[in-house]
Amino acid sequence: MQIEVKINRVLKRFETSPGEILLDLLRREGYKSVKRGCETGECGACSIILDGKLAKSCLLFAPQVSGHNIITLESLANSGELQPVQQAFLDEGAVQCGFCTPGMILAAKVLLDRTPHPSEEEIKEAISGNLCRCTGYVKIIRAIKKVGETLNKNV
Amino acid sequence: MFKEVGKNIPRVDGYALVKGNPVFTDDIDFKALLFIKFLRSPYPHALIKSIDTKEAENMDGVVLVLSHENTPRVPHTTAGQGYPEPSPYDSVMFDRKIRFVGDRVACVAADSPEIASDATKKIDVDYEILPPVFDPAEALKNGAPIIHNEDDSRGILDPKHNLVGEVEVSVGNLDKGFREADVILENRYEVHYAQHTPIEPHIVITYLDENGRLVIRSSTQVPFHVRRICANVLGIPIQRIRVVKPRIGGGFGTKQEVYLDYIAGYVTIKTGRPAKIELTRREEFISRTRHPISTVLKVGAKRDGTLTALDMSILSNTGAYGSHATTVMYNTGSKVLPLYRCPNVRFKGKVVYTNLPVAGAYRGYGATQGYFATESMLDEIAEKIEMNPIDLRKKIHIKEGETSPIFEALGEGKKGVSQVISSCKLPQCIEEGFKLIEWKKKPKEEGKIKRGYGCAIMMQGSGIPAVDMGAALIKMNEDGSFNLLVGATDLGTGSDTILAQIAAEALRVPTESIIVYSSDTDFTPFDVGAYASSTTYISGGAVLKTAKKVLEEIILVGGEMLNENEENLKAEDAKIISKKTGRSVTYQEIAYNSLYERDQHQIIGSMSHISSKSPPPFAAHFVEILINRETGKIKVEKYVACVDCGTVINPQLAEGQVEGSIINGISYALTEEFIFDKNGKMMNGSFQDYKIFTSMDIPDLKVVLIPSHEPSGPFGAKSVGEVSINGPCPAIANAIYDAVGIRIRKTPFTPEKILKLIK
Repeated sequence: MQIEVKINRVLKRFETSPGEILLDLLRREGYKSVKRGCETGECGACSIILDGKLAKSCLLFAPQVSGHNIITLESLANSGELQPVQQAFLDEGAVQCGFCTPGMILAAKVLLDRTPHPSEEEIKEAISGNLCRCTGYVKIIRAIKKVGETLNKNV
Repeated sequence: MFKEVGKNIPRVDGYALVKGNPVFTDDIDFKALLFIKFLRSPYPHALIKSIDTKEAENMDGVVLVLSHENTPRVPHTTAGQGYPEPSPYDSVMFDRKIRFVGDRVACVAADSPEIASDATKKIDVDYEILPPVFDPAEALKNGAPIIHNEDDSRGILDPKHNLVGEVEVSVGNLDKGFREADVILENRYEVHYAQHTPIEPHIVITYLDENGRLVIRSSTQVPFHVRRICANVLGIPIQRIRVVKPRIGGGFGTKQEVYLDYIAGYVTIKTGRPAKIELTRREEFISRTRHPISTVLKVGAKRDGTLTALDMSILSNTGAYGSHATTVMYNTGSKVLPLYRCPNVRFKGKVVYTNLPVAGAYRGYGATQGYFATESMLDEIAEKIEMNPIDLRKKIHIKEGETSPIFEALGEGKKGVSQVISSCKLPQCIEEGFKLIEWKKKPKEEGKIKRGYGCAIMMQGSGIPAVDMGAALIKMNEDGSFNLLVGATDLGTGSDTILAQIAAEALRVPTESIIVYSSDTDFTPFDVGAYASSTTYISGGAVLKTAKKVLEEIILVGGEMLNENEENLKAEDAKIISKKTGRSVTYQEIAYNSLYERDQHQIIGSMSHISSKSPPPFAAHFVEILINRETGKIKVEKYVACVDCGTVINPQLAEGQVEGSIINGISYALTEEFIFDKNGKMMNGSFQDYKIFTSMDIPDLKVVLIPSHEPSGPFGAKSVGEVSINGPCPAIANAIYDAVGIRIRKTPFTPEKILKLIK
């Protein structure tokens, strides 16, 4: 079967099957920032933004997203320049192994799009579905906070 | 004054990582890739009487089925350690005997992972079920089931009693020490199974290059050990193998294990096709674990806190195979006991097989297990002699200029190396931590909530002395940039960045002039890999030596260009400057000169480094907890860690190491637990059922780095990666006692357990 889905603002057509997991489709189509960590919706490494909300691509079948709108980390910084949230992750040392990073950045982006100046509690909540074993979350939280604060100054 | 060292230089791989670029093992597509899936044992202990793979082999899309019947039998250890490995050669690719629930019976290589999985279910195995043994003390008894009765294993001390190894060392006179004591306490402390849970599970892809050589692209901490061990198991020369480590998604010790690479390699050799093994999360949980250890600790002390005798006896459970068995056992003594001034010490250890999941290397590597015992016990002693536990620690911990006979008596699997502590800011760490935690300043009780404070001190090492070796190579390019090639393995720690900073500092250039390439056995010099907290200290030492050598060459060429003797020259800001005239040539001019103009040659250097000592980093941890008396739930309110890791090469990265290990440690102390059924099957192999900390669970965490200067380290640096995972278990146990007066000597501290003890 064929599905039509907008990925990173580009309309794409894919051949798929009813049982194909979205994570598998995205990875085979080259969206390698979408990571496989558990396949049971518990680690968040496969996070994508689906119609503006954070979603776990390992819990979705590919046909479910037909006609919908997907954002992966590949869409950020496509001109080579990093987006503020990516730059903040880099500057604040929020990246260690980097495997959870794509999901974390997308989780942060969803939060910041909705709540430009989030509190620490809001940040913790927003990334609570994304596991990280390297950082202890401290610097990730700080990075997201910093984006909020920087935006604040600009306003 | 340092220019590059001590700065928060962003990770050299950071740009690629925040962009989500395809830099991990699985991020490259291979044509005609085969997917490998395992058939795993449903029994804890059994013999394969017969195995019928025909139906699986006949399935569409199945290319190869491997079992003990059609694979080479080469005993080896899966522990990725230096040669000769101190772990027993008790593993083969596939065995006729299986030794724990989840042990591999066979594997299928197929065109898709689904076909491979389905095909494993079509393999018909007839088992002869053997009685299992799960309790390590039972396993030692006469008549217990013998787990390794094969006749070709090597290096097992007493297979008939499931005893992998034992150790006993004494210094001073223990009896005399106990006679001199005013108080003597003896207790048993136990720590439990745990898994590292890197977010990227183990993964390896193998393929043949254009010349038919086997390339192993592996998520490993030890690329050079992978090459050596795979060559042995596959029976092919080392030169026929190239191991490449891309970015890896966390390791924490579990990827110091070589047990999948050669299976994928064998499939590739047999079929000519690329092959991939990617563990599922459920498989990852029973891949490698932390050695559960039971410690009996007997301590004698005087009323003034002076320790007169320390007698530590441990029983370690290595599970079905002896990966890292003896070395972890040794470390429980060697990385723990020297912290305490005590003239009379005995350390006894036994490590045994059981029919449970395989233990291995896990951040802390035995020290985590040992410190739970000693640091809990110190609080118990302090109470007995009516001394403040912090004052007791201040009094008895090892100081700068001191040594411990344990350093020489105990190494890793063998005798150690004597050393004098040449850097130790533990007193300052204790002082600062005590201040920041605001020790016992808040009220003890708020209704059903009880508050408690606890502390612990700890150390680790920096590499394995006189064993670990790292090498580096630096070459200069026309624009004055440098390629830094290291065998060292960045498993997410940031070591590529640290090593670049060390090179930059020595070469007097900005870090961005250093192009790092690491962990590729064809292109980078040897390094033992990322373990034993060795990279900054050992590999960093190699980088520093190499940079100095290259700088000498640069000065030589620069001197010729300036017509000056080298004693009149200095290097600064990518220039060689005459101290007499102030005239200078840039590195770019020097590089062009050497490559194209005069006495043409490549400015290049390579050096190796080992160390005769392993200077410990030190840390003092303080915790404030709240216990709900009605639910038994512990909330870690605040955690303070002060760490002496020598000169801090990159504060942000060093803090990150400490933060990560503390949250890992708290999570281990409170929520992580292996639940086994009566067959020894791990029942909770998912993040739903095995709880690692999320962002919602973390306390207010303060990390303070208190620099010292370690004369033997690069620019004074020591290690930082492991030490802080040792603190949470004892610090929280001590805080629980402070809060509710209950001494818990068995981890983890789950609400169920706390509630039972309170009531």
